[in-house]
Amino acid sequence: MSTLARILHLDKTHEVHIAHVAQPYWNPYLSGIGLGLVLLAAFVVMGRGLGASGAFSSLVATGLHAVAPDHTTSNEYFTEYIGDGTQHPLKDWLVFEVLGVFAGGFISGALANRIKPTVEKGPRISRRNRLLLAFLGGGIMGIGAKLARGCTSGQALTGGALLGVGSWAFMLAVFAGAYATAYFVRRQWT
Amino acid sequence: MNAPFYKYGLFQDEVSLVVAFVIGIGFGFFLERGGFGNGRKLAAQFYFTDMTVLKVMFTAIVTAMVGLYYLSVFGVVDLALVYVNPTYLLPQVLGGLILGIGFVIGGYCPGTSCVAVSTGRIDGLVYLLGIVGGIFVFGEAYPLVKGFYFSTPMGQITLPQLFNLPYGVLVFAVVAMALGAFAAAEWGEKKLGSRIVEN
Repeated sequence: MSTLARILHLDKTHEVHIAHVAQPYWNPYLSGIGLGLVLLAAFVVMGRGLGASGAFSSLVATGLHAVAPDHTTSNEYFTEYIGDGTQHPLKDWLVFEVLGVFAGGFISGALANRIKPTVEKGPRISRRNRLLLAFLGGGIMGIGAKLARGCTSGQALTGGALLGVGSWAFMLAVFAGAYATAYFVRRQWT
Repeated sequence: MNAPFYKYGLFQDEVSLVVAFVIGIGFGFFLERGGFGNGRKLAAQFYFTDMTVLKVMFTAIVTAMVGLYYLSVFGVVDLALVYVNPTYLLPQVLGGLILGIGFVIGGYCPGTSCVAVSTGRIDGLVYLLGIVGGIFVFGEAYPLVKGFYFSTPMGQITLPQLFNLPYGVLVFAVVAMALGAFAAAEWGEKKLGSRIVEN
């Protein structure tokens, strides 16, 4: 806040610039309480928690079904997401929730002047290599999330709050896997 | 008051999709507020330079867990009607390990990458394409891994059931553990100093 105040003071004649100063992130405990109340609302209103990776499974299954319908319906896993044809596979709770996540992230980012096209990376890695690792990491994450029946949202956050045994085992494994790998990709981030 | 409302038939499927969108907005909003649209900030958790991931995640878990516990004690929510993911221990542990590896390599998890995309992160978009690829690979390999996928089933088991302890005791234990973790995180950050510049 003091930085912002200083800028406001020094930059009185350049108000245009002030509008582009990105605000700092919230206190993590405050963000956590907000997130927890959203999760609680999902429990109370819907009787279920949050999720993310499931929506992308629906998307992959739908896309694949459009390109290769026979192949998709012969696959047991994708068929689960396609359903029996009475309802469009994208007319799904998680799909709409994730659309909301995109919107909510945009609203928060826009209000805090934090929206700008950029690549997040440390100073010691090229843009191209960072994007390659982003793709690779996403692929590994996709496989892990499907094997675990959910990701950080559906398992760690939701299952954690519901005291699910598998979700807590999952959560410990996530931290273990990430900490064990961090050293090998340190040039990407530090 | 009878909750969960949806399970008591207070509204139908069509309305539930509107609810999903609104809840998603809240989810994305607070993820972005906490800095979870920034892969560098997320990855810093694994170098002990910025413990935001741990703080936000455990605060959220504790908030929702304690809230749900008291709402059930006061008879507002029927806990039995809140869906708990079934446990398949080994696939969940291995899946978690793989996911953790993907997290630190890619910089995001599925939910946070959505927020990264909507705030302009190109790496977030590429990461999301990677997820789509990973899900495709898993789906194609499903016949091969199906046996393992359904191994070590334990049903919809919770920690209170596993340890044969009252629900409230586990709630208290998780709160105590979270407070300990927060204290350690604050101490560690002060000791190592945050090398990550905000934004």
